[in-house]
Amino acid sequence: MLNVGLTHFLVISVTLFSFGMYGVITRKNAVMVLMGVELILNSANINFIAFAKFGNYGLQGQIIALFVIVLAAAEAAIALAIVINIYKTITNINVDEIDSLRD
Amino acid sequence: MINIAIAVLFLPLIGFVVTVFLGSKIKQIYFFENIIMFLSLAGAIILAFFKLSSFGDTTISSEFVWIDLGNTPLMGDIKITLGIMLDNIAVMMIVVVMLISFLVHIFSIEYMRGDPRYNRYFAYLGLFTFSMSGIVFTHNILMMYIFWELVGLSSYLLIGFWFEKKSASDAAKKAFIVNRIGDVGMFIGIMMLYNAYHTFTFDEIFYQISIGNLPFNSEFWLTVTGLLIFAGAIGKSAQVPLHVWLPDAMEGPTPVSALIHAATMVAAGVYLIVRIFGIFTADAMLIIALIGALSALIPATIALTQNDIKKVLAYSTISQLGYMIMALGVGAYTFAFFHLITHAFFKACLFLGSGSVIHGMHNEQDIQKMGGLRKKMPLTYYTFLIASLAISGIPLTSGFLSKDGILAGTFAFANLTGHWLFPIVGFFVAMLTAFYMFRVIILTFHGEPKNREKYEHAHESKFVMVMPLVLLAGLSFFFWYTPNPVNPNDGWVLSEWIKAPELYTPESTRYDFMIPDEEYISHIGTSSEMMYSEKYAEALHAAHYPAMILSLLMAGLGILTAFLFYQWKKISVDKLAERFKALYNWSLNKWHFDELYDATVVAGTVGFSRLLGAFDLKVIDGIVDGAASVTRGFSSFIGKFDNIVVDGLVNFMAYLSGFIGLIFRRFQTGKVQTYLIFVLISIVLLLFLFKSF
Repeated sequence: MLNVGLTHFLVISVTLFSFGMYGVITRKNAVMVLMGVELILNSANINFIAFAKFGNYGLQGQIIALFVIVLAAAEAAIALAIVINIYKTITNINVDEIDSLRD
Repeated sequence: MINIAIAVLFLPLIGFVVTVFLGSKIKQIYFFENIIMFLSLAGAIILAFFKLSSFGDTTISSEFVWIDLGNTPLMGDIKITLGIMLDNIAVMMIVVVMLISFLVHIFSIEYMRGDPRYNRYFAYLGLFTFSMSGIVFTHNILMMYIFWELVGLSSYLLIGFWFEKKSASDAAKKAFIVNRIGDVGMFIGIMMLYNAYHTFTFDEIFYQISIGNLPFNSEFWLTVTGLLIFAGAIGKSAQVPLHVWLPDAMEGPTPVSALIHAATMVAAGVYLIVRIFGIFTADAMLIIALIGALSALIPATIALTQNDIKKVLAYSTISQLGYMIMALGVGAYTFAFFHLITHAFFKACLFLGSGSVIHGMHNEQDIQKMGGLRKKMPLTYYTFLIASLAISGIPLTSGFLSKDGILAGTFAFANLTGHWLFPIVGFFVAMLTAFYMFRVIILTFHGEPKNREKYEHAHESKFVMVMPLVLLAGLSFFFWYTPNPVNPNDGWVLSEWIKAPELYTPESTRYDFMIPDEEYISHIGTSSEMMYSEKYAEALHAAHYPAMILSLLMAGLGILTAFLFYQWKKISVDKLAERFKALYNWSLNKWHFDELYDATVVAGTVGFSRLLGAFDLKVIDGIVDGAASVTRGFSSFIGKFDNIVVDGLVNFMAYLSGFIGLIFRRFQTGKVQTYLIFVLISIVLLLFLFKSF
């Protein structure tokens, strides 16, 4: 019997975080970058729930996870709105080409 | 009392301010000034009446703190008070000042008519009257000094009233500068008193001296202080050697000469000595007497040969003031002040009389060109004659009483101390005075007119000009001062109003006769005629009749000589002058005082100024120029340093920043993902650095 402990959850969380990070860094498309961000947020959620389950913190972890989900939804809505506006302005959503604030 | 005094003091100031500011707008404003003067005169007479009748010898004073600096680190408590002191001398003096000032105002209405600066003239007279009453009323020596200078200023303004004439503006400058020389001495003296006693008030200074607290704890310095203050009196009262300004001051309008340069302002010096008489030591008094004797003698000899009627009167004024100063020096205090009063009246009368003559003769001042005016100007003639009799010391006149008193004083002094110089000079000058006064009278009013044309146009002056003359001539009679025409001591002026002064100097520094002796002390409170000591009183008494007879002889001799020379022409004046040409020229040229001062003091000052000028040009300017060129050199060095070192540093810093910026610019890609990579790397690095978990 494989005993599922805190470590397993954390490993999954780290893996998910790494994928998210990879996505954020490497993708050109802003939508894909947003998806990476979602992955990172979810890895954090897993962390919260894992600690809530194995630590002695009551329901705080779960509640924060719920908050994060709501926050992620709001964030996704706003971010997609921004992306659409950027597209309308410069007909492009490649993040490496949106650097007009550099100078 | 004090309120009346304040009103009398400030009314002329109001007159001055109103007249000077409205003078150019309102033609008739001079009338206001005259009314103000009348009010002042009335106030002064009321003041004197109440003081002399009800208050006796008590001194009324009132003061207020003017400047209070508190406790200062170097000088201690500095507290300067101003105030008014009314004693018999002050109220008598204020009546004299106001009366003569009023009469001169009246006289000037006619005399100055038609002058382009008519109103301004009256304004200046008001300023003068204000300043003079300040001197009279003051209860401290600082306030006296302030008004002293104000009087000097108004004298300057009035001498130079016709400043379009170069001689008038020169005379005004001369008067001002010569007075300044004396005033410097006076100021140093005042400061020495202040340094010693930390007060300017007469009473406190006298008290400190009387308890033996002397400047620098030495009798010598008390003498010096007294003489320094006396220097102010030398300047103001035109005593030798600072007398040269007074004859030149005759450039001013004649009524001004009467008011300022004969009756009142020049008497301020005598008044000052009267005020502080108690602080003079025997040594100081001897020098004062000597200066007075010289001032009586030298100008009297000059007056013998002058041909300008005002010049003769000016020298006679110096001579009479010399009498007063000499009288103070020999201790005849009461007679000195008495002579000050009587002289003020008859000399004002003489000057106004000469003004009337000059006016009648259409600005002719040379007595050689006059003559015979007796018939044309009878009132002027008779008033002038009465005043001349008074100044010569003929019985029944006021001058006889006061002059005789002074001569008796010198006589008694010589008897007690052996200084026979003073009575000899006194009697000799009495003869000279009678001679030159009657020379003027005979040449002006008697004989045949020398200038027919001017004589025909001559006329008696109008009522407003003659009225002051008559009043002043009336005041030259004896009965105003004493019921006894030969002995002034019986009169109210000398027995009740002017008392022998208190002395404050240590007894070791006084003359013997000024130390109270036993008989004197036993008389205190019983007799009203108190004179220092019984010894002195006896000597004075003994000197009275011999001096009177001798002075009468001298005056008679002088008048007789004048008549012999000029009226009956028994002795030819021209031949006499030819025979003693050196002496005659010596007198005509005023003992060459002006030339002497031109050659020494003036030339010395000019030379010294030139030297200083050259010093300025060469040394001071050299130093300044040198400093400038050093500064310039230093500046150019600093400039180079700035350009190369400082600017170099700044530029280097800028260059360095630019260089660094160039490097860091590479990191600023504008791509979010690059930044994220940096963040990631940084976090990993941080985790490695803080791997404590």
